[in-house]
Amino acid sequence: MILRVVAVVISACLAPALHASETMRMAVTTSFHNSGLADVLLPRIAEDIDLEVQLLVVGTGQALKLGEAGDVDAILVHSRAAEEAFVAAGHGPRRTEIMYNDFVFVGPGEDTAGASGAASATEVLQAIAGTEALFVSRGDDSGTHKTELSLWEDAGIAPEAAWYRAVGAGMGAALNTAVGMGAYILSDRASWLNFGNKAEHEIVFSGDPVLFNQYAFLPVSAERHPHVKAGAVEKLEAWLISPTAAELINGYAIDGEQLFTFNAEPAG
Amino acid sequence: MVDLWEGLTQAFWLIVSLDAELAEIALRSLRITFTALALACLIALPLAALLAVRRFRLRRTVIAIMNALMGLPPVVVGLVVYVLLSRSGPFGALGLLFTPTAMIIAQMIVIVPLVASIAQQSLRELWHEYHDLLISMNVSQGQKMRTLLWDARRALLTAALAGFGRGIGEVGAIMIVGGNIDNVTRVLTTAIALETGKGEFALALALGFVLIALAISVNLAIHWISQTEREGRW
Repeated sequence: MILRVVAVVISACLAPALHASETMRMAVTTSFHNSGLADVLLPRIAEDIDLEVQLLVVGTGQALKLGEAGDVDAILVHSRAAEEAFVAAGHGPRRTEIMYNDFVFVGPGEDTAGASGAASATEVLQAIAGTEALFVSRGDDSGTHKTELSLWEDAGIAPEAAWYRAVGAGMGAALNTAVGMGAYILSDRASWLNFGNKAEHEIVFSGDPVLFNQYAFLPVSAERHPHVKAGAVEKLEAWLISPTAAELINGYAIDGEQLFTFNAEPAG
Repeated sequence: MVDLWEGLTQAFWLIVSLDAELAEIALRSLRITFTALALACLIALPLAALLAVRRFRLRRTVIAIMNALMGLPPVVVGLVVYVLLSRSGPFGALGLLFTPTAMIIAQMIVIVPLVASIAQQSLRELWHEYHDLLISMNVSQGQKMRTLLWDARRALLTAALAGFGRGIGEVGAIMIVGGNIDNVTRVLTTAIALETGKGEFALALALGFVLIALAISVNLAIHWISQTEREGRW
Protein backbone atom coordinates (compact mmCIF):
# COMPACT_ATOMS: atom_id res chain seq x y z
CA MET A 1 0.00 0.00 0.00
CA ILE A 2 2.61 2.49 1.12
CA LEU A 3 5.00 1.33 -1.54
CA ARG A 4 2.29 1.92 -4.10
CA VAL A 5 1.74 5.47 -2.86
CA VAL A 6 5.48 6.09 -2.95
CA ALA A 7 5.60 4.72 -6.50
CA VAL A 8 2.78 7.05 -7.59
CA VAL A 9 4.50 10.06 -6.03
CA ILE A 10 7.79 9.17 -7.67
CA SER A 11 6.27 8.70 -11.11
CA ALA A 12 4.38 11.99 -10.71
CA CYS A 13 7.64 13.70 -9.98
CA LEU A 14 9.37 12.30 -13.06
CA ALA A 15 7.86 14.92 -15.35
CA PRO A 16 10.11 15.52 -18.35
CA ALA A 17 11.91 18.86 -18.39
CA LEU A 18 12.30 21.00 -21.50
CA HIS A 19 15.82 21.94 -22.54
CA ALA A 20 17.72 23.48 -25.41
CA SER A 21 19.02 20.91 -27.87
CA GLU A 22 22.58 20.96 -26.54
CA THR A 23 23.91 21.39 -23.02
CA MET A 24 27.32 22.05 -21.57
CA ARG A 25 28.71 22.71 -18.11
CA MET A 26 30.69 25.77 -17.16
CA ALA A 27 32.24 26.47 -13.78
CA VAL A 28 31.97 30.15 -12.85
CA THR A 29 33.00 32.11 -9.78
CA THR A 30 30.56 33.08 -7.08
CA SER A 31 31.30 36.74 -7.74
CA PHE A 32 30.28 36.41 -11.40
CA HIS A 33 27.10 34.56 -10.49
CA ASN A 34 26.14 36.93 -7.65
CA SER A 35 26.46 39.87 -10.03
CA GLY A 36 23.33 38.68 -11.83
CA LEU A 37 24.92 39.00 -15.29
CA ALA A 38 24.42 35.27 -15.89
CA ASP A 39 20.65 35.76 -15.75
CA VAL A 40 20.95 38.19 -18.66
CA LEU A 41 23.45 36.23 -20.77
CA LEU A 42 22.21 32.64 -20.43
CA PRO A 43 18.69 33.08 -21.86
CA ARG A 44 20.18 35.00 -24.78
CA ILE A 45 22.77 32.26 -25.38
CA ALA A 46 20.00 29.65 -25.38
CA GLU A 47 18.11 31.73 -27.92
CA ASP A 48 21.00 32.67 -30.21
CA ILE A 49 22.99 29.45 -30.44
CA ASP A 50 20.52 26.93 -28.98
CA LEU A 51 22.88 25.99 -26.15
CA GLU A 52 21.94 25.45 -22.52
CA VAL A 53 24.85 26.43 -20.31
CA GLN A 54 24.65 24.78 -16.89
CA LEU A 55 26.52 26.82 -14.30
CA LEU A 56 28.49 25.40 -11.40
CA VAL A 57 29.04 28.25 -9.01
CA VAL A 58 32.30 27.76 -7.09
CA GLY A 59 35.45 29.67 -6.15
CA THR A 60 38.20 30.14 -8.75
CA GLY A 61 40.33 27.52 -7.00
CA GLN A 62 37.63 24.88 -7.26
CA ALA A 63 36.66 25.96 -10.77
CA LEU A 64 40.21 25.31 -11.97
CA LYS A 65 40.16 21.93 -10.16
CA LEU A 66 36.92 21.00 -11.93
CA GLY A 67 38.55 21.88 -15.23
CA GLU A 68 41.67 19.84 -14.44
CA ALA A 69 39.54 16.80 -13.61
CA GLY A 70 37.45 17.26 -16.75
CA ASP A 71 34.22 17.58 -14.78
CA VAL A 72 33.19 20.73 -16.67
CA ASP A 73 33.54 21.76 -20.31
CA ALA A 74 34.78 25.29 -19.71
CA ILE A 75 35.49 27.76 -16.91
CA LEU A 76 35.01 31.50 -16.54
CA VAL A 77 37.21 32.87 -13.75
CA HIS A 78 39.28 35.86 -12.71
CA SER A 79 42.75 35.05 -11.49
CA ARG A 80 45.30 35.63 -14.19
CA ALA A 81 48.30 33.86 -12.66
CA ALA A 82 46.30 30.72 -11.85
CA GLU A 83 44.69 30.76 -15.32
CA GLU A 84 48.05 31.01 -17.06
CA ALA A 85 49.36 28.13 -14.96
CA PHE A 86 46.25 26.14 -15.96
CA VAL A 87 46.96 26.68 -19.67
CA ALA A 88 50.71 26.09 -19.23
CA ALA A 89 50.03 22.74 -17.56
CA GLY A 90 47.99 21.71 -20.60
CA HIS A 91 44.61 21.56 -18.86
CA GLY A 92 43.20 24.03 -21.36
CA PRO A 93 44.21 25.05 -24.89
CA ARG A 94 43.86 28.84 -24.42
CA ARG A 95 42.69 31.73 -22.28
CA THR A 96 40.35 34.32 -23.74
CA GLU A 97 39.79 37.60 -21.94
CA ILE A 98 36.13 38.58 -21.99
CA MET A 99 35.46 41.50 -19.69
CA TYR A 100 36.45 43.18 -16.47
CA ASN A 101 34.91 44.78 -13.45
CA ASP A 102 36.57 46.13 -10.34
CA PHE A 103 37.03 45.37 -6.68
CA VAL A 104 35.87 47.73 -3.96
CA PHE A 105 36.48 47.99 -0.25
CA VAL A 106 33.25 47.72 1.70
CA GLY A 107 33.11 48.79 5.32
CA PRO A 108 30.87 50.05 8.10
CA GLY A 109 29.13 53.38 7.43
CA GLU A 110 31.00 55.25 10.19
CA ASP A 111 34.33 54.11 8.64
CA THR A 112 36.24 53.65 11.90
CA ALA A 113 39.54 53.03 10.10
CA GLY A 114 39.19 56.14 7.93
CA ALA A 115 39.60 54.15 4.73
CA SER A 116 37.64 56.59 2.60
CA GLY A 117 40.40 59.19 2.94
CA ALA A 118 43.03 56.84 1.50
CA ALA A 119 44.70 57.59 -1.83
CA SER A 120 45.35 53.97 -2.85
CA ALA A 121 44.34 50.40 -2.06
CA THR A 122 47.62 49.99 -0.18
CA GLU A 123 46.79 52.93 2.06
CA VAL A 124 43.36 51.47 2.80
CA LEU A 125 44.94 48.25 4.05
CA GLN A 126 47.53 50.16 6.08
CA ALA A 127 44.73 52.20 7.67
CA ILE A 128 42.80 49.03 8.54
CA ALA A 129 45.87 47.30 9.97
CA GLY A 130 46.91 50.48 11.80
CA THR A 131 43.59 50.83 13.60
CA GLU A 132 43.18 47.05 13.95
CA ALA A 133 39.68 47.35 12.51
CA LEU A 134 38.05 43.97 11.81
CA PHE A 135 38.70 42.68 8.30
CA VAL A 136 36.93 39.68 6.77
CA SER A 137 38.84 37.66 4.20
CA ARG A 138 37.27 35.14 1.83
CA GLY A 139 40.00 32.67 2.75
CA ASP A 140 38.79 30.18 0.13
CA ASP A 141 41.52 30.38 -2.52
CA SER A 142 39.12 32.21 -4.84
CA GLY A 143 40.11 34.90 -7.33
CA THR A 144 38.95 37.60 -4.93
CA HIS A 145 40.95 36.02 -2.12
CA LYS A 146 44.07 35.84 -4.26
CA THR A 147 43.69 39.50 -5.22
CA GLU A 148 43.27 40.43 -1.57
CA LEU A 149 46.41 38.53 -0.56
CA SER A 150 48.49 40.20 -3.25
CA LEU A 151 47.20 43.60 -2.07
CA TRP A 152 48.34 42.81 1.48
CA GLU A 153 51.71 41.85 0.10
CA ASP A 154 51.94 45.16 -1.79
CA ALA A 155 51.10 46.96 1.44
CA GLY A 156 53.91 45.11 3.22
CA ILE A 157 51.62 43.68 5.87
CA ALA A 158 51.26 40.04 6.87
CA PRO A 159 47.61 39.83 7.96
CA GLU A 160 47.77 37.30 10.77
CA ALA A 161 46.36 39.15 13.77
CA ALA A 162 43.09 38.65 15.62
CA TRP A 163 41.35 41.42 13.64
CA TYR A 164 41.88 39.46 10.41
CA ARG A 165 39.10 36.91 10.01
CA ALA A 166 39.41 34.36 7.20
CA VAL A 167 35.94 32.85 6.84
CA GLY A 168 36.56 30.34 4.06
CA ALA A 169 33.30 31.09 2.29
CA GLY A 170 31.87 32.43 -0.97
CA MET A 171 31.42 36.14 -1.70
CA GLY A 172 27.85 36.35 -0.40
CA ALA A 173 28.48 34.41 2.79
CA ALA A 174 31.62 36.47 3.47
CA LEU A 175 29.65 39.71 2.94
CA ASN A 176 27.02 38.47 5.40
CA THR A 177 29.77 37.83 7.94
CA ALA A 178 31.40 41.23 7.37
CA VAL A 179 28.07 43.03 7.76
CA GLY A 180 27.32 41.00 10.88
CA MET A 181 30.64 41.88 12.54
CA GLY A 182 30.88 45.45 11.28
CA ALA A 183 34.07 44.52 9.45
CA TYR A 184 35.84 45.69 6.30
CA ILE A 185 35.97 43.40 3.29
CA LEU A 186 37.20 43.35 -0.29
CA SER A 187 34.37 42.57 -2.71
CA ASP A 188 33.80 42.85 -6.43
CA ARG A 189 31.52 45.75 -7.21
CA ALA A 190 28.85 43.62 -8.88
CA SER A 191 28.37 41.26 -5.95
CA TRP A 192 28.14 44.17 -3.54
CA LEU A 193 25.57 46.12 -5.58
CA ASN A 194 23.45 43.00 -5.92
CA PHE A 195 23.79 42.00 -2.29
CA GLY A 196 20.51 42.02 -0.39
CA ASN A 197 21.74 42.44 3.21
CA LYS A 198 23.79 45.66 3.08
CA ALA A 199 22.57 47.06 6.46
CA GLU A 200 24.82 50.04 7.41
CA HIS A 201 27.70 48.99 5.18
CA GLU A 202 28.82 50.93 2.12
CA ILE A 203 31.66 51.21 -0.39
CA VAL A 204 34.48 53.05 1.41
CA PHE A 205 37.09 52.95 -1.32
CA SER A 206 37.30 52.17 -5.04
CA GLY A 207 38.99 53.33 -8.22
CA ASP A 208 42.64 52.27 -7.75
CA PRO A 209 43.83 50.58 -11.00
CA VAL A 210 45.24 47.63 -9.00
CA LEU A 211 41.65 46.74 -8.18
CA PHE A 212 41.01 45.92 -11.85
CA ASN A 213 39.41 42.44 -12.15
CA GLN A 214 39.76 40.63 -15.48
CA TYR A 215 37.46 37.71 -16.33
CA ALA A 216 38.67 35.10 -18.78
CA PHE A 217 37.10 32.12 -20.50
CA LEU A 218 39.08 28.89 -20.57
CA PRO A 219 37.98 25.82 -22.53
CA VAL A 220 38.94 22.52 -20.91
CA SER A 221 41.41 20.46 -22.92
CA ALA A 222 39.53 18.09 -25.22
CA GLU A 223 42.77 16.23 -25.81
CA ARG A 224 42.98 15.15 -22.18
CA HIS A 225 39.26 14.71 -21.72
CA PRO A 226 37.67 13.34 -24.89
CA HIS A 227 34.16 13.65 -23.39
CA VAL A 228 34.43 17.46 -23.25
CA LYS A 229 31.92 19.10 -25.58
CA ALA A 230 34.48 21.01 -27.63
CA GLY A 231 31.95 22.01 -30.29
CA ALA A 232 29.58 23.60 -27.81
CA VAL A 233 32.48 25.32 -26.03
CA GLU A 234 33.70 26.82 -29.32
CA LYS A 235 30.22 28.09 -30.14
CA LEU A 236 29.94 29.65 -26.69
CA GLU A 237 33.36 31.26 -26.94
CA ALA A 238 32.51 32.74 -30.34
CA TRP A 239 29.31 34.13 -28.85
CA LEU A 240 31.06 35.57 -25.79
CA ILE A 241 33.42 37.68 -27.93
CA SER A 242 30.66 38.73 -30.35
CA PRO A 243 29.17 42.25 -30.59
CA THR A 244 25.91 40.88 -29.12
CA ALA A 245 27.72 39.84 -25.96
CA ALA A 246 29.55 43.18 -25.86
CA GLU A 247 26.26 45.05 -26.00
CA LEU A 248 24.66 42.93 -23.26
CA ILE A 249 27.71 43.05 -20.97
CA ASN A 250 28.29 46.79 -21.34
CA GLY A 251 24.59 47.46 -21.01
CA TYR A 252 24.16 45.54 -17.76
CA ALA A 253 23.62 48.00 -14.93
CA ILE A 254 22.32 48.00 -11.37
CA ASP A 255 20.96 51.27 -10.00
CA GLY A 256 22.24 52.98 -13.12
CA GLU A 257 25.82 51.81 -12.55
CA GLN A 258 27.57 49.87 -15.31
CA LEU A 259 29.12 46.76 -13.75
CA PHE A 260 31.21 45.11 -16.42
CA THR A 261 33.29 46.42 -19.30
CA PHE A 262 33.64 44.17 -22.34
CA ASN A 263 37.25 43.95 -23.56
CA ALA A 264 37.51 40.76 -25.63
CA GLU A 265 39.62 40.89 -28.78
CA PRO A 266 37.52 39.95 -31.82
CA ALA A 267 38.55 36.57 -33.19
CA GLY A 268 41.50 36.98 -35.56
CA MET B 1 12.86 39.44 13.40
CA VAL B 2 11.62 41.47 10.44
CA ASP B 3 13.23 38.89 8.15
CA LEU B 4 11.35 36.07 9.88
CA TRP B 5 8.01 37.76 9.36
CA GLU B 6 8.86 38.68 5.76
CA GLY B 7 9.94 35.09 5.20
CA LEU B 8 6.63 33.77 6.46
CA THR B 9 4.55 36.08 4.29
CA GLN B 10 6.74 35.41 1.27
CA ALA B 11 6.42 31.65 1.83
CA PHE B 12 2.66 32.07 2.00
CA TRP B 13 2.54 33.94 -1.31
CA LEU B 14 4.93 31.56 -3.02
CA ILE B 15 2.64 28.67 -2.14
CA VAL B 16 -0.64 30.46 -2.83
CA SER B 17 0.53 31.71 -6.23
CA LEU B 18 1.84 28.21 -7.10
CA ASP B 19 5.17 29.70 -8.14
CA ALA B 20 6.38 27.54 -11.05
CA GLU B 21 10.06 27.63 -10.13
CA LEU B 22 9.32 26.76 -6.52
CA ALA B 23 7.11 23.86 -7.57
CA GLU B 24 9.86 22.52 -9.80
CA ILE B 25 12.49 22.76 -7.08
CA ALA B 26 10.20 21.23 -4.45
CA LEU B 27 9.23 18.34 -6.75
CA ARG B 28 12.88 17.71 -7.50
CA SER B 29 13.61 17.61 -3.77
CA LEU B 30 10.83 15.08 -3.26
CA ARG B 31 11.81 12.99 -6.25
CA ILE B 32 15.46 12.73 -5.22
CA THR B 33 14.78 12.01 -1.56
CA PHE B 34 12.00 9.48 -2.25
CA THR B 35 14.12 7.61 -4.77
CA ALA B 36 17.08 7.60 -2.38
CA LEU B 37 14.78 6.46 0.43
CA ALA B 38 13.24 3.64 -1.63
CA LEU B 39 16.69 2.35 -2.59
CA ALA B 40 17.96 2.78 0.97
CA CYS B 41 15.01 0.75 2.31
CA LEU B 42 15.71 -2.03 -0.20
CA ILE B 43 19.16 -2.35 1.36
CA ALA B 44 18.49 -1.42 4.98
CA LEU B 45 15.34 -3.45 5.74
CA PRO B 46 16.60 -6.89 4.63
CA LEU B 47 19.88 -6.11 6.40
CA ALA B 48 18.02 -5.24 9.61
CA ALA B 49 15.92 -8.42 9.38
CA LEU B 50 19.00 -10.54 8.78
CA LEU B 51 20.71 -9.01 11.80
CA ALA B 52 17.60 -9.76 13.88
CA VAL B 53 17.14 -13.44 13.00
CA ARG B 54 20.66 -14.60 12.42
CA ARG B 55 23.45 -14.96 14.94
CA PHE B 56 26.98 -14.74 13.56
CA ARG B 57 30.36 -13.81 14.93
CA LEU B 58 30.63 -10.21 13.77
CA ARG B 59 26.97 -9.38 14.39
CA ARG B 60 27.65 -7.05 17.32
CA THR B 61 30.39 -5.29 15.42
CA VAL B 62 28.18 -4.80 12.38
CA ILE B 63 25.39 -3.36 14.55
CA ALA B 64 27.80 -1.07 16.39
CA ILE B 65 29.26 0.24 13.14
CA MET B 66 25.79 0.71 11.69
CA ASN B 67 24.70 2.71 14.74
CA ALA B 68 27.82 4.82 14.60
CA LEU B 69 27.26 5.57 10.91
CA MET B 70 23.91 7.16 11.77
CA GLY B 71 26.00 10.22 12.55
CA LEU B 72 27.89 10.04 9.26
CA PRO B 73 28.65 13.64 8.23
CA PRO B 74 26.86 14.20 4.90
CA VAL B 75 29.59 16.52 3.68
CA VAL B 76 32.11 13.67 3.95
CA VAL B 77 29.77 11.31 2.10
CA GLY B 78 29.40 13.99 -0.56
CA LEU B 79 33.12 14.37 -0.91
CA VAL B 80 33.73 10.63 -1.21
CA VAL B 81 30.98 10.22 -3.81
CA TYR B 82 32.34 13.26 -5.61
CA VAL B 83 35.84 11.83 -5.82
CA LEU B 84 34.50 8.47 -7.00
CA LEU B 85 32.24 9.98 -9.69
CA SER B 86 34.62 12.71 -10.88
CA ARG B 87 35.85 12.30 -14.44
CA SER B 88 39.29 11.61 -13.02
CA GLY B 89 37.87 9.11 -10.49
CA PRO B 90 37.19 5.36 -10.85
CA PHE B 91 33.58 5.80 -12.03
CA GLY B 92 34.27 8.93 -14.08
CA ALA B 93 33.36 7.29 -17.37
CA LEU B 94 29.71 7.10 -16.26
CA GLY B 95 29.52 10.91 -16.31
CA LEU B 96 27.27 10.97 -13.25
CA LEU B 97 28.78 13.89 -11.36
CA PHE B 98 26.46 16.92 -11.12
CA THR B 99 23.36 14.89 -12.01
CA PRO B 100 20.32 14.00 -9.86
CA THR B 101 21.57 10.39 -9.92
CA ALA B 102 24.71 11.41 -8.05
CA MET B 103 22.54 13.18 -5.47
CA ILE B 104 20.41 10.06 -5.05
CA ILE B 105 23.50 7.92 -4.50
CA ALA B 106 24.87 10.29 -1.86
CA GLN B 107 21.57 10.58 -0.02
CA MET B 108 21.09 6.84 -0.10
CA ILE B 109 24.44 6.33 1.64
CA VAL B 110 23.48 8.92 4.27
CA ILE B 111 20.07 7.30 4.88
CA VAL B 112 20.90 3.56 4.93
CA PRO B 113 22.56 3.38 8.39
CA LEU B 114 19.76 5.39 9.99
CA VAL B 115 16.93 3.28 8.56
CA ALA B 116 18.79 0.03 9.21
CA SER B 117 19.55 0.94 12.84
CA ILE B 118 16.01 1.96 13.73
CA ALA B 119 14.54 -1.01 11.86
CA GLN B 120 16.93 -3.46 13.48
CA GLN B 121 15.96 -2.17 16.93
CA SER B 122 12.25 -2.80 16.42
CA LEU B 123 12.72 -6.08 14.59
CA ARG B 124 14.86 -7.37 17.45
CA GLU B 125 12.05 -6.72 19.92
CA LEU B 126 9.52 -8.42 17.69
CA TRP B 127 11.89 -11.35 17.23
CA HIS B 128 11.83 -11.93 21.00
CA GLU B 129 8.05 -12.40 20.78
CA TYR B 130 8.09 -14.52 17.63
CA HIS B 131 11.20 -16.55 18.25
CA ASP B 132 9.65 -19.69 19.80
CA LEU B 133 6.69 -19.76 17.46
CA LEU B 134 8.73 -19.39 14.28
CA ILE B 135 11.33 -21.91 15.45
CA SER B 136 8.65 -24.49 16.27
CA MET B 137 7.09 -24.01 12.85
CA ASN B 138 10.47 -24.79 11.36
CA VAL B 139 10.32 -22.06 8.71
CA SER B 140 13.25 -21.01 6.58
CA GLN B 141 15.45 -18.03 7.27
CA GLY B 142 13.84 -16.09 4.42
CA GLN B 143 10.34 -16.78 5.73
CA LYS B 144 11.34 -15.61 9.21
CA MET B 145 12.70 -12.37 7.79
CA ARG B 146 9.61 -11.78 5.68
CA THR B 147 7.26 -12.43 8.63
CA LEU B 148 9.19 -10.03 10.83
CA LEU B 149 9.31 -7.32 8.18
CA TRP B 150 5.59 -7.60 7.46
CA ASP B 151 4.44 -7.67 11.09
CA ALA B 152 6.72 -4.80 12.08
CA ARG B 153 5.65 -2.63 9.14
CA ARG B 154 4.38 0.19 11.33
CA ALA B 155 7.69 0.50 13.14
CA LEU B 156 9.51 0.23 9.83
CA LEU B 157 7.42 3.11 8.55
CA THR B 158 8.79 5.22 11.38
CA ALA B 159 12.29 4.16 10.36
CA ALA B 160 11.57 5.16 6.77
CA LEU B 161 10.12 8.51 7.84
CA ALA B 162 13.24 9.21 9.90
CA GLY B 163 15.26 8.45 6.78
CA PHE B 164 13.05 10.78 4.76
CA GLY B 165 13.60 13.55 7.31
CA ARG B 166 17.34 13.13 7.17
CA GLY B 167 17.31 13.14 3.37
CA ILE B 168 14.96 16.02 2.61
CA GLY B 169 16.74 18.43 4.96
CA GLU B 170 20.24 17.43 3.91
CA VAL B 171 22.43 19.94 2.10
CA GLY B 172 26.10 19.07 2.62
CA ALA B 173 26.30 16.01 0.39
CA ILE B 174 23.98 17.04 -2.43
CA MET B 175 25.55 20.47 -2.72
CA ILE B 176 28.90 18.84 -3.46
CA VAL B 177 27.80 16.07 -5.82
CA GLY B 178 24.91 17.97 -7.42
CA GLY B 179 26.55 21.36 -7.81
CA ASN B 180 23.28 23.29 -7.30
CA ILE B 181 22.80 23.75 -11.07
CA ASP B 182 19.71 25.78 -11.90
CA ASN B 183 16.96 23.63 -13.49
CA VAL B 184 19.01 20.45 -13.12
CA THR B 185 20.22 19.77 -9.60
CA ARG B 186 18.87 22.66 -7.56
CA VAL B 187 16.69 21.47 -4.67
CA LEU B 188 15.12 23.27 -1.72
CA THR B 189 18.06 23.00 0.66
CA THR B 190 20.68 24.08 -1.88
CA ALA B 191 18.43 26.94 -3.01
CA ILE B 192 18.23 28.08 0.63
CA ALA B 193 22.02 28.03 0.89
CA LEU B 194 22.25 30.01 -2.36
CA GLU B 195 19.76 32.70 -1.32
CA THR B 196 21.47 33.05 2.07
CA GLY B 197 24.73 33.60 0.20
CA LYS B 198 23.08 36.37 -1.79
CA GLY B 199 21.91 38.00 1.43
CA GLU B 200 18.26 37.39 0.46
CA PHE B 201 17.28 36.20 3.91
CA ALA B 202 13.53 36.61 3.46
CA LEU B 203 13.45 34.42 0.35
CA ALA B 204 15.81 31.90 1.99
CA LEU B 205 13.52 31.71 5.02
CA ALA B 206 10.46 31.41 2.79
CA LEU B 207 12.03 28.41 1.08
CA GLY B 208 12.87 27.02 4.52
CA PHE B 209 9.26 27.28 5.62
CA VAL B 210 8.15 25.60 2.41
CA LEU B 211 10.60 22.77 3.13
CA ILE B 212 9.26 22.33 6.66
CA ALA B 213 5.67 22.41 5.41
CA LEU B 214 6.54 19.82 2.79
CA ALA B 215 8.12 17.49 5.36
CA ILE B 216 5.09 17.81 7.63
CA SER B 217 2.64 17.13 4.79
CA VAL B 218 4.51 14.04 3.68
CA ASN B 219 4.53 12.68 7.23
CA LEU B 220 0.85 13.47 7.76
CA ALA B 221 -0.10 11.93 4.42
CA ILE B 222 1.73 8.70 5.16
CA HIS B 223 0.29 8.43 8.66
CA TRP B 224 -3.18 9.08 7.32
CA ILE B 225 -2.79 6.43 4.63
CA SER B 226 -1.53 3.79 7.03
CA GLN B 227 -4.32 4.42 9.56
CA THR B 228 -6.83 3.05 7.07
CA GLU B 229 -5.64 -0.43 8.03
CA ARG B 230 -7.25 -0.48 11.42
CA GLU B 231 -6.75 -4.10 12.40
CA GLY B 232 -2.98 -3.63 12.65
CA ARG B 233 -1.07 -2.66 15.73
CA TRP B 234 0.26 0.86 16.06
